[in-house]
Amino acid sequence: MDFHFTKEHQLLRKMVREFANDVLARTAAEIDETGRWPAENVKLMADLGLFGLPFPHEYGGAGAGEMGYAIALEEIGRVCTSTGTIVGAHTGIGAMAIYLCGTEDQKRKYLLPLARGEKLAAFALTEPNAGSDAAAIQTMAVRDGDEFVLNGTKIWITNGDVADVVTVMAVTDRGLGARGGVTAFIVEKGTPGFEVGSLEHKLGIRGSSTAELVFNDCRIPKDNVLGDFGAGFIVAMKTLDVGRIGLGAGCIGGAQACLDAACRFAKARRQFGKPIADNQAIQWMIADMATELEIARWFVYRTAWMMDTGQKFTREAAMVKLYCSEMASRAANKCLQIHGGMGYMKSFPVERMYRDARIAEIYEGTSEVQRMVIAGQVLRQY
Amino acid sequence: MNLKVILDKCDGCGLCAQSCPFGGIVVEGGKAKVLDVCTECGICPESCPTKALDMGGVAVGPAEQGTAAYRHILIFAEQRDLKLTRVAKQLVGKARDLANLLGVKVKAALLGKGVEPLAQELVAVGADVVFLYDDPKLANYQTDAYTKVMFELINAEKPEIVLFGATHIGRDLAPRLAQRLATGLTADCTELEIDEGERLLLQTRPAFGGNIMATITCPEHRPQMATVRPGVLREPDPDPSRRGEVVVKAVKVTDADFGTVVLQIIKAAKQAVNLEDAEIIVSGGRGVGGPDKFPLLEELAGLLGGVVGASRAAVDSGWISHDHQVGQTGKTVRPKLYIACGISGAVQHQAGMKDASCIVAINKDPLAPIFQLADYGIVGDVKEIVPAMVAEIKANWMEGKL
Amino acid sequence: MRIVVPLKQVPDTNNVRIDPKRGTLIREGVPSIINPEDKNALELALSVKAARGGEVIVISMGPPQAEEALREAVAMGADKAILLTDRAFAGADTLATATTLGTAIRKLGGCQLILCGRQAIDGDTAQVGPQLAENLGVPQVTYVRRLDLEDGVATVERELEDGHEVIQVKLPALFTVTKEANKPRYPHARAIMSCYGPGKLECWSLADVGLSEETVGLNGSPTKVKRTFSPQPKGQGEMLSGTKQEVVKALCRRLRGRSLL
Repeated sequence: MDFHFTKEHQLLRKMVREFANDVLARTAAEIDETGRWPAENVKLMADLGLFGLPFPHEYGGAGAGEMGYAIALEEIGRVCTSTGTIVGAHTGIGAMAIYLCGTEDQKRKYLLPLARGEKLAAFALTEPNAGSDAAAIQTMAVRDGDEFVLNGTKIWITNGDVADVVTVMAVTDRGLGARGGVTAFIVEKGTPGFEVGSLEHKLGIRGSSTAELVFNDCRIPKDNVLGDFGAGFIVAMKTLDVGRIGLGAGCIGGAQACLDAACRFAKARRQFGKPIADNQAIQWMIADMATELEIARWFVYRTAWMMDTGQKFTREAAMVKLYCSEMASRAANKCLQIHGGMGYMKSFPVERMYRDARIAEIYEGTSEVQRMVIAGQVLRQY
Repeated sequence: MNLKVILDKCDGCGLCAQSCPFGGIVVEGGKAKVLDVCTECGICPESCPTKALDMGGVAVGPAEQGTAAYRHILIFAEQRDLKLTRVAKQLVGKARDLANLLGVKVKAALLGKGVEPLAQELVAVGADVVFLYDDPKLANYQTDAYTKVMFELINAEKPEIVLFGATHIGRDLAPRLAQRLATGLTADCTELEIDEGERLLLQTRPAFGGNIMATITCPEHRPQMATVRPGVLREPDPDPSRRGEVVVKAVKVTDADFGTVVLQIIKAAKQAVNLEDAEIIVSGGRGVGGPDKFPLLEELAGLLGGVVGASRAAVDSGWISHDHQVGQTGKTVRPKLYIACGISGAVQHQAGMKDASCIVAINKDPLAPIFQLADYGIVGDVKEIVPAMVAEIKANWMEGKL
Repeated sequence: MRIVVPLKQVPDTNNVRIDPKRGTLIREGVPSIINPEDKNALELALSVKAARGGEVIVISMGPPQAEEALREAVAMGADKAILLTDRAFAGADTLATATTLGTAIRKLGGCQLILCGRQAIDGDTAQVGPQLAENLGVPQVTYVRRLDLEDGVATVERELEDGHEVIQVKLPALFTVTKEANKPRYPHARAIMSCYGPGKLECWSLADVGLSEETVGLNGSPTKVKRTFSPQPKGQGEMLSGTKQEVVKALCRRLRGRSLL
C-alpha cells in the first residue's frame, strides 16, 4: 500500500493550485456576484489541458487518470466552486460519457476536441418530472430512417447554454422503461430543433450556467447513438458513477478552504482578551472539520485509484459523493459560525463558500439517491 | 559535508529542525541528523542552545591573500546626470565611522564625464581621497569599462573594504568585479559594523524575503565587498570646509573594452517618484480596488505634502507603475508618516516600510498583518475612509498647515 | 541556437511565517518553487526558441530534490535539464555558485545565450548572473525587460530606477531578466504527465563537472554566515473605531499631536 502521489501528480497539483490562486481567485467573488460565465478562464483552462485530464493521449487528453482529474478538481474547488462545476459537467460527465461508452469513431470525432478543450460538453438527464426518479424521463426519440427525431425538454443542465456537444437521454421504447427503453444520444449544438431555453438564477455556483434545453423535432443521425440502443440508462449510471468521484474532490477543496479560513480567523480574532482559537468550543469545531476532511480526502483518492486500476467502484463512488458533499456543507456551516457576524457579511468570502457548498448534496444525485444506491449495493452482499 | 552534529552536546531539543528553512536537519533517536537536503546555509548552528552544531573550520579559499596588505575603505561614488547619488553620500558617511574605528582613510572612486565638481562634495561628507576618472568614454555607466577601471584601481590601492550602493548600477558592477577579484560580496546590506578584534566588516542583510537577518563576513579574502540598500544609512551633513585630496587618474579604456553599447537612455516620461526622500507617503494596495481609485490617494497625499506609494500587489495588477513600489523588491522608505491603504502587510512589504516613524493602516480585513505594525489602525473601506479624511482635513485642519 | 537558463529552487518566501515566540522560520507547509524571475528567464528563452529555433537547456545547482524544479522547467518546454548535485556543492555563496555553473556550461560546449532571473527570492542578491557572465567571459546586461535578436546581435531594454536604457550587444551574452519581461506560462497538463520520462535530465557530480573540492561549495566561498536573527517586531498600536467621521477625526487629532498634520 502506498499513499504517495506520483511526482507527476504532485506537479499537476502545483500547477493547478498556482493557476487557481493566480487566475480563478481573482474572479471567484465577481462571477458569484454577477452570475457571469467566465469565458476567459475557460479558455485558459482549455489551453492548459485541464479539460481532458483523465482521458488518454490518443483522445487528446493529458493521461492523468481519474487521480489527476480529482487532484485538479480539489484545487479548483478550493478557490472557485463555480469553475469546478463547469469543469465537472464538461469532463466529469459530459465528455466522460463519450469516453466510457462511445465508439472509436465517436471518440475521434467528439472526445478529441472535448478533451483538448476546443469544444465544451454537457450531460442532459434531468427533466421537470424526472429528478431523482431518472427513469421517469419523457423526452422521446423516434426512429425515422437513418435518424432519430427528438422531442422534449431537459432542465438544470450545467453548461447547457455554452456546450457544443450534449449527451442526451431519451426514451426510445416506452414499454421497456429504464431497462432497455432509454437511449443516449450525442447532440451537437446548432442541430435544427435544438434550442436553449431559460437560464436559472441560483443560490450558489452562480458563475456556472444552468440551462433549459428544448428539443423540437430535432433530428439526430443514428451514428450519434451513444452506447447500445436501449442501454441509455446504463450509459447514464456508468457516467454518473465516475462523476461522483470528481464531485467529491471538489467538495474536499471547498472544505479545505473553509478549514483554512476558520483557522486563520480563529487565531487572529480576539474576544475576552484572547484569540477565540483558545476556546474549546472553537477547537472542537476545528478538530471535527479537520478530521472529516481527512477522511473524505483519502476516500476520494482511494476511489479514484480504484477506477484507475480497473476495479469496480459504484458503491464507493456513491459513498464518496454522499460523504464529501455533506461533510463540505458541515465544514462551511462551522466555518461561518466561527466567523460569527463577519461570516454572514458579503465582504468576506465565507458566505459565498457557504452558499456554494450546498449544491453538492443535491446535483448529480441527491444524498437520498446516494443512500439508495449504497444500501442496494450493501444489501446485495447478504 | 561541513555541518557536523557534536553528538555528546546534542540534547535532541529539535530547535535546529525548526529553524531550518530547507528541512535539512531532523531529530532521530534523540539526536540531530543532517540530511542530504542541507544547503549549509549556516542558520541552524545559531539556533542550537547547546552549541552542538559545527560548521567546521573555514577552509582556505582559492585565492588566499595577505589580508594585512589591504588597508583603507573605498567607495564607488555613483553619480547620475552629474549629480551624486544620495546612497554614495550615505556610504561615505558610514565609511567615515568605520574608518575611524579602523584608523584608516575613506577613499572614493568617481567616474564619469565632467564630474570633477562632485569630488569636493564627497570630501565634504567625509572622503579623504577622491580618485577622479573624468573621461567622455565613462559618461554613461557601462559594465565592462567601469569594471576595468575599478579592477585596476582596487589592485593598485588594495582597499580592505569596497562599498557600492545597491542600485541598478551598483548591483551590475559589484558582482562582476567581485568575480574578477575572486573575493566575497554581500548584497543589499542594511547595516555595516566592524568586528574590531578580528578586523572584519560585519555585513548585515535581510534574507528569506526579510523574514530573517543574516550577518555575513569575508574572513580570508580581500577586499571585503558589499552593496548597501539606498536609504537605510544616514546621510551626513556636508561640511564644506572639510579638506581632502583629489587624485586625477588617467582613463585607459579603449573601444575594445566595451562588450555592450548603450544606444539610448530614456528617462521615464513622468518624474520618477522620489519615495526615498518623502516625509509622508500614502500607499495603496489591492484593497484600494482598482487603478481608478488611486487619485483618491493622490489627493490625500497632496493635502499632506506627501507622495503616493504602492504595494507589490497593486503594481503587479498594473494599477500603478513600478517606481511607486515599496517593499522588499521595491523601495525601502523611512518617512515620518506612512499611511497604508488597503495593504495587507505581507512581510515583503513590511521590509520596505517598517522603519517609518508613524504608520497608519486602513484595511477592510481586521486580521490584516499590517495592523500588527500600525501605530493607528482603522478597519474600513479605503474608498470611504480616504475621502472622509480628505474632507475632514479640508474642513478642520488646513489652517494648521500654514 | 543554444540557450542556457540557470535556475534555482527556492522556498516560497511568500508563504514563510515567523514563529512569534521563538523567532524562527516556520517551514512546515512552505512549498519549494522555481525562483519566480528564473521562470521569466525561461519564458523568454522559450519564446526565443519558438521564434528562431534551437534548444533550451536548464541547469541548476542544488540538492537532489532540485530535480523537481528542473522537471517543471521541462514540462514548461525546456529540452534538457542538468542537475549539478553533490555534497561538495553545499554552502556555496554567489562566487562559488557562479564558478560551478560557469564550468558546467563550458562542459556543455558553451552556448549563445544565457538567460538568468534578475534575483532569487530567498537571497535577493542578484549576483550570480553578473558573476557567471564574468566567469564565462561574456558581456552582461542586467535588469532586462525586453529582448530583440537580429543576426546574432541582441538589442535589449535595461530597466533603470528612473527610466531605461537601450543596449546592443553581440552574442554570446548573458542577460538577467526581470518580471516585467513577460508572464511565464503554466506547464500544460500533458507535458506535466510526461516530464519525468527518460532522457530529459542528467545529474552531474563534482567529478562530472571537473572542479576541485576547494573551489566549490562552502570551501570555495569567501563569504561566511556569522549569525542569523529575527528582525524585532513592533509593539501594539491603537485601533480607532466609530463612524467614519469619528475615526478620521480621531486620527487627525493624533497625527497633529505628533506634528504630522
